[in-house]
Amino acid sequence: MNITESFRTALDSLRANKMRALLTMLGIIIGIAAVIGLMGLGEGFGELIEDEINSVGTNLIFVASDSENGYPTLTEDDLYALAEDGRNTAVAAVGGVVGQQTEVTAGSNDQFAIVNGVTGNYFALTNNDVLERGGLFDEIDDASFAQVAVLGSDIAYELFDGMNPIGQSITVNNTRFDVVGVLVPGDGGASGDTDSNVYIPMNVALQRLDLQETRFGEPAMAQIVAQAADETQVDAALEQISLTLREQHDLVYGAEDDFSLISQSGLVESFSTISDTMTVFLGAIAAISLVVGGIGIMNIMLVSVTERTREIGIRKAIGAQRRDILAQFLLESLILTLIGGVIGLALGVVVSIVGGGYLSLTPVISTGTVALAVGFSASVGIIFGIYPAWKASLMRPIDALRYE
Amino acid sequence: MIELTNITKTYQMGETQVHALRGIDLTITQGEFVAIIGTSGSGKSTLMNIIGCLDIPTSGDYVLNGENASQLDDDAQARIRNREIGFIFQRFNLLARTTAVRQVSMPLMYSGIGTTERENRAVAALTSVGLGERVDHKPDELSGGQQQRVAIARALVTEPSLLLADEPTGALDSVSGEEVLQIFERLHAEGKTIVMVTHDMDVANRAKRIIRLRDGMIVNDYQVHQPVAPFDTTDSNVVIHNLEETA
Repeated sequence: MNITESFRTALDSLRANKMRALLTMLGIIIGIAAVIGLMGLGEGFGELIEDEINSVGTNLIFVASDSENGYPTLTEDDLYALAEDGRNTAVAAVGGVVGQQTEVTAGSNDQFAIVNGVTGNYFALTNNDVLERGGLFDEIDDASFAQVAVLGSDIAYELFDGMNPIGQSITVNNTRFDVVGVLVPGDGGASGDTDSNVYIPMNVALQRLDLQETRFGEPAMAQIVAQAADETQVDAALEQISLTLREQHDLVYGAEDDFSLISQSGLVESFSTISDTMTVFLGAIAAISLVVGGIGIMNIMLVSVTERTREIGIRKAIGAQRRDILAQFLLESLILTLIGGVIGLALGVVVSIVGGGYLSLTPVISTGTVALAVGFSASVGIIFGIYPAWKASLMRPIDALRYE
Repeated sequence: MIELTNITKTYQMGETQVHALRGIDLTITQGEFVAIIGTSGSGKSTLMNIIGCLDIPTSGDYVLNGENASQLDDDAQARIRNREIGFIFQRFNLLARTTAVRQVSMPLMYSGIGTTERENRAVAALTSVGLGERVDHKPDELSGGQQQRVAIARALVTEPSLLLADEPTGALDSVSGEEVLQIFERLHAEGKTIVMVTHDMDVANRAKRIIRLRDGMIVNDYQVHQPVAPFDTTDSNVVIHNLEETA
């Protein structure tokens, strides 16, 4: 008897017992739905985090000072050296930040805030350039020592009691700055929560802010942000930045770096490792329910074999060989689990979409996940179907025919 | 075509050994219509199981169509059953929820015959037992007599050399039973070899040869020369056996 016939026989038998087939499938349906649903959500969460990191701007490299006996090490010269034409070919743009936490006054209101001096390209570089109102300052403003400020949305609200601050002025360290723009809330980009920050141009900041100094008495950069020319050049850019800074800081061969470099791809990588681990963990938990479902299949198939002892006897009496009976019962459980797997897949997609709605993330059902689910349900069918099928095939026809 | 030589069958029932057959020598030739009779426990079912390759003897030789069938493994037995033997059981043994045509084509499926030919032969077999109009009926839509005729069609469809019937009329009313016996007589007239196990003398007397078992041995083996009515006092054999059966 060929496989098509066995398949038809198995299908006929399942069709003859629809309710039992459905109940048996339920375990697999739930198991697969759980695997698909949870893994879809897990992968969706991973992508959400990646998107969040990527929204900062692509190919970014953050340079921070490692303190040297308590002194920061990055200077304005480092910034210029990194930005110098033809030197760091893999670096497309470089921006810097200096900062002081100080009192900011507007009329009768005053607030303590972080006042950042930033290069004109900083907003665009860190993807923190969406304005609620007004405009940003640029490289020209920076070069001309313009006394202008861009406010985070929270501090703007606090200082101006919710009134429009554009055209008004604030006072920082006894220096007046005209407010030219207010950033939208929540879009902190690379710098995290920036709603309470005040931004002024770098050059003015270097003059007017009371900044941390290096051990040579130069004002220190809080952070330098570099952008690699494209994503394939991130590693080259890291290399070049490292070389330039070591040269700048007169580090001898073998001395440790006095700065740290963090690339955005590095961040994405470590986050995706975390989310992958989480996804696998969720999947593993769901897989347990599949095993339970598989045991349910075996249970029903065993009952079914006993219940159909007479049928097996008849089939054997009219010429079914052991492999015919084995194939019939194995195919029955395989079909059960595969149909259950497909229904579970559909249900899992629905679950992940509904769940994703609640968690405000888009679930990702990868082909890998689908293949895993289908493969897993088929293996469950075979593994848990083989024992009952084997038992059925061993029945002797005279015993089976005598069975009431 | 059937040659049994000194066949014994012993079962182990807990501590005790049950000798179901104690040395059966029997030859049945092509085209015979044989009834095996005996009380329950006489060994007639065991004998039928061995002839039908459903069971193997403890000792002795069984040659079916020139092939030694005494010590075969499960699958070899299955192949012989499929090819050489058509079974008809007392309780029909049809599959539930399966149409007549699929029931009948099933043995052909196990012998690897293609769908179309299978269906044609199944319909032909059903037509030959007068069920050509009911090929798509399931067992619960058929009367007992019709179900038994489906079973006969299933036994015939592979064109086996031997038909084995175990109490074929045992679960039927007299009219349906008569129909089944008439089919047997027709098949016999067409040259089929039929071996039928029964404890009903009326049924046995429709055969041409009666073999009587008691305690696992053949105690009587004779030809029925002409059809006899039940309780016909002119045939002493039949009368005696009938009396014994009712005793």
